[in-house]
Amino acid sequence: MLRTVTDRWLRFVGKPVVFVAALVPLASIGLDAWNDALGANPIEAITHRTGDWALRFLLLTLAVSPLRRITGWSGVMRLRRMLGLYAFFYATLHGLTWLVLDQFFDWEAIAEDILKRPYITVGVTAWLLLIPLAVTSTRGMMRRLGRNWVRLHRLVYGIAVLGVLHFWWLVKADVSEPAVYALILSALLGYRVLVNRRRRAASLTAAA
Amino acid sequence: MLIRIPRRSEPKPSEITPKAVYEDRRRFLRTAAVAGAGAAFPALWWSGPAVAGRKLPGVRHNAQYSTDEEWTDYDDVTSYNNFYELGTGKDDPKRNARRLKTRPWSIAVEGECEKPGVYDLEDFIQPYALEERVYRLRCVEAWSMVIPWVGFELRRVLERARPTSRAKFVAFESVYDPKHLPGQKRRILDWPYREGLRIDEAMHPLTILAVGLYGEVLPNQNGAPLRLVVPWKYGFKSAKSIVRIRFTETQPPTAWNTASPHEYGFYSNVNPAVDHPRWSQKKERRIGEFFKRRTLPFNGYAEEVAHLYAGMDLRKYY
Repeated sequence: MLRTVTDRWLRFVGKPVVFVAALVPLASIGLDAWNDALGANPIEAITHRTGDWALRFLLLTLAVSPLRRITGWSGVMRLRRMLGLYAFFYATLHGLTWLVLDQFFDWEAIAEDILKRPYITVGVTAWLLLIPLAVTSTRGMMRRLGRNWVRLHRLVYGIAVLGVLHFWWLVKADVSEPAVYALILSALLGYRVLVNRRRRAASLTAAA
Repeated sequence: MLIRIPRRSEPKPSEITPKAVYEDRRRFLRTAAVAGAGAAFPALWWSGPAVAGRKLPGVRHNAQYSTDEEWTDYDDVTSYNNFYELGTGKDDPKRNARRLKTRPWSIAVEGECEKPGVYDLEDFIQPYALEERVYRLRCVEAWSMVIPWVGFELRRVLERARPTSRAKFVAFESVYDPKHLPGQKRRILDWPYREGLRIDEAMHPLTILAVGLYGEVLPNQNGAPLRLVVPWKYGFKSAKSIVRIRFTETQPPTAWNTASPHEYGFYSNVNPAVDHPRWSQKKERRIGEFFKRRTLPFNGYAEEVAHLYAGMDLRKYY
């Protein structure tokens, strides 16, 4: 009984609220653009803000399963796909801003950037790796891929590391902001290592 | 018959922007807001952030060394700044501008010269006629602006100090006030900010010390009360809020070069052929424009300054 109530609540309230809330950053960028409030370098502002949100959604996605383990509330798992897709959504906007607004399809400059600038190399790699995850995020794909789905989606850990590295390598001197992301990501990944180790120890004891 | 070919950086008489045109709506609103605030809080008006924004009297436009390109909007020039002493975000310097105390201010001229001295700001500036120089500014981050500076040639100051034959370089030191300047609370750079020029670069007539922009006293976020402007070099070479000018025999250490030598050279002349390791320098975005434009060697001042580097490998001395 309780289960169905929670399910319903998630389906008709929780999920739609998160769906709309996740669009607020985009709306805010749009509003600022409309009001000419993006500052002296609007293209740079859009690039930075979409990039920030791609990283934030990536970290939020990675926070879901620790949250479930800590709170015991499994409903939160049903938000994970949406959060992950929003990470991909903002990362795509971020990349398109660079391709279209910043470089304006100057393919030579774009290729040179990808090959010669390490922070762009890792950024583009992270985005490319997100594509298969987004494509296989449907229920049908999950079923079809079975165990391989889990294996494939472990890629997200590497993607998050590349994302933070992308940010870290682009700042000139003050790394305090990327350091915050790095710290949160280490906590999220460290927690998983800890849990796995404990689980392995437990299964070993059980076997003995 | 004498045919005179105007230099590229020289404006045609028809192209000098009349004052009425550049005093646009936003500027009017700003003036109105300041005046309104002044009327409401007289005490604030007088004790406010020193004198930034006050009209500078007797400024003569120097057409010979000014570009005829469209000026970057005043609001953009004063709200999009790299001035790490006031914070590393582009909008931090404006927000934290009043943390920089520009009075009292003294400037030391010292090192390899016959007439060293320490001057109060007003005494330091007083001997020189103020000129308006409209220069392109090219940041190492691949954006650019066109700014009407007000100042005087650095060489006037240097000549007055009578450098000795050992003076091969000029070093500049910026304000150090970690108590008030938020950016200096952490060692983002090796404070105080230091810059330097070879003596011939420092003596070049394009090199100026600026005390204002847009005909007004320099806003704090733009490096008040006194800053260097070297238009053919990347922006970070133009040290802000200068407190010390020193003649040296050897090449002085400079802030960004110390922080990351392979990224920022001592010379740092604008050069589209030499990329920064993390971004291309071939093109730049002029603030206020959508499409990028091609970056010119020496930021378009090659005719005036290229001879200073004759025979030098500019890939090596980037």
